[in-house]
Amino acid sequence: MRVMVLVKATEDSERGNYADHADEFVAMGRYNEELVKAGIMLAADGLAPSAEGKRVVYDSAGGSRVIDGPFAEAKEIVGGFWIWQVSSLEEAVEWVKRAPFTSTSVELRRIHEAADFEGQLPQDIVDAEKQLRAQAGQQRDQ
Amino acid sequence: MADAAAKATVEAVWRIESARLIAGLARVVRDVGLAEDLAQDALVAALEQWPSSGVPANPGAWLTAVARRRYVDGVRRQASFERRIPEIARQLAEAEDPMADIEFGAPVEDDVLRLIFTACHPALSRDARVALTLKLVAGLSTEQIARAFLVSTPTMAARITRAKKALADARVPFEVPAGAELAARLASVLEVVYLIFNEGYSATSGESWTRAELCEEAMRLGRMLAALAPDEPEAHGLVALMEIQASRIPARTGRDGELITLLHQDRGRWNRLLITHGLAALGAAESLSGSEFSGPYVIQAALAACHARAPAAADTDWNRIVALYDVLLSLVPSPVIELNRAVAVSMAGGPAGGPAAGLAIVDALAGSPALRGYHLLPSVRGDLLDRLGRRAEARAEFERAAAMTANASERAHLLARAARAAAGG
Repeated sequence: MRVMVLVKATEDSERGNYADHADEFVAMGRYNEELVKAGIMLAADGLAPSAEGKRVVYDSAGGSRVIDGPFAEAKEIVGGFWIWQVSSLEEAVEWVKRAPFTSTSVELRRIHEAADFEGQLPQDIVDAEKQLRAQAGQQRDQ
Repeated sequence: MADAAAKATVEAVWRIESARLIAGLARVVRDVGLAEDLAQDALVAALEQWPSSGVPANPGAWLTAVARRRYVDGVRRQASFERRIPEIARQLAEAEDPMADIEFGAPVEDDVLRLIFTACHPALSRDARVALTLKLVAGLSTEQIARAFLVSTPTMAARITRAKKALADARVPFEVPAGAELAARLASVLEVVYLIFNEGYSATSGESWTRAELCEEAMRLGRMLAALAPDEPEAHGLVALMEIQASRIPARTGRDGELITLLHQDRGRWNRLLITHGLAALGAAESLSGSEFSGPYVIQAALAACHARAPAAADTDWNRIVALYDVLLSLVPSPVIELNRAVAVSMAGGPAGGPAAGLAIVDALAGSPALRGYHLLPSVRGDLLDRLGRRAEARAEFERAAAMTANASERAHLLARAARAAAGG
């Protein structure tokens, strides 16, 4: 199964202040190397401060407005993520426990497989959704 | 319920730690079988203790400590037995601590690589190598491996025991081979990983989920190998090949479980994350070797990538595929690959391409003893004849192919094509 691990932003990551965290970067680099050597790492990235982000809020009529970052609470903001291929959610939890984090929390979510939607939604909706994802993916690959 | 959760946690820790644990022990005791027994003892102790005591802060170190104690106890028992023999007793009394020269350092990554090479040693049969690799390196239980290979647990347990004994009998050293031996031994490792992958990949839908899980295990093993031996293009090539092939698993079966061939698959169902990862692995292989033609796995991955990169079947670069098959054939001559090349030729444009050109190649292969009884030969021939409008001959070939395959959904597919050819399109 694939699991997405969501890591929260910190006040320093929100400020873009990485200079004081060289040791943590080294520790995280070592940890990432472990994940690669264990064969479970599919993707990993960190997100730029929410000051560079935007939120789009929709009203009940479907109208939208754009809110510029930064967003209020650092602990409510995703700061980075991993995607792992593991044999169970427990295995992902055990890996997360080995991560060099302090004073934060990390969220683990199983990634849906197409089979999760089959039978729940009309097939043409499922197919259309897949088609869109395919096109998006091809643009990315090129 | 709490016990079940604790057991799941122990299993999860085992999946993470077992290869390093066994490898680290094997370096000391110089016997992979004994190392595995000691590690299993530690696993049993964890299953007994962790549900009440909780998971220790450093579970890997805990397991290593328990396994080490078992080993030291075993050596001591042996020593005290021997002490009863008077002449040896005197020598032992003069000797230093018998444990002093045994060093248990932290397991190093090279140990895991040594473990992989040992489990895949050519002294073992293919079945034995596959079973031992899943057991020792992937950390699967004997029961899980048995289920995946559709044999009973005692049968698989016996196979693993025999394999461990064969390693000990052959005095296989616990090491990564060097020099000229490395290439041959690496080929054996890659073969085992790809066998595991294909065992899962060739399973038709509806079969137990553990078969599909084998593909994931093989990809994991391949990525481990590529990370531990990062200078080997073929290791990256194998990862790319498996990931790009696995990306198609969700699209290979239709709503009624029927088989869907590559060109008819809904590409929207392909797993884009695996494709992205696989193409990156292929890129790593190509930049290491300076070319895409360094070995059979890299070339096969490049072939798979031709399909992965095409937004629709009609966009496939068949000329490039033909060129890649030419290189593959120069490295690995095989009538099956020739047959695949014939299909690519039939799809390619230009003066040398088209169904008639493909048919000429297939006809030249018809007498090949290696293809006797191979249902894809008449199946491909039927398809080419059909495209050339020679429908009666096409129908006969499809029917011949249908009679040769053991796979029910493939037979249904071939008979449907025979009926369509008979109806004139």
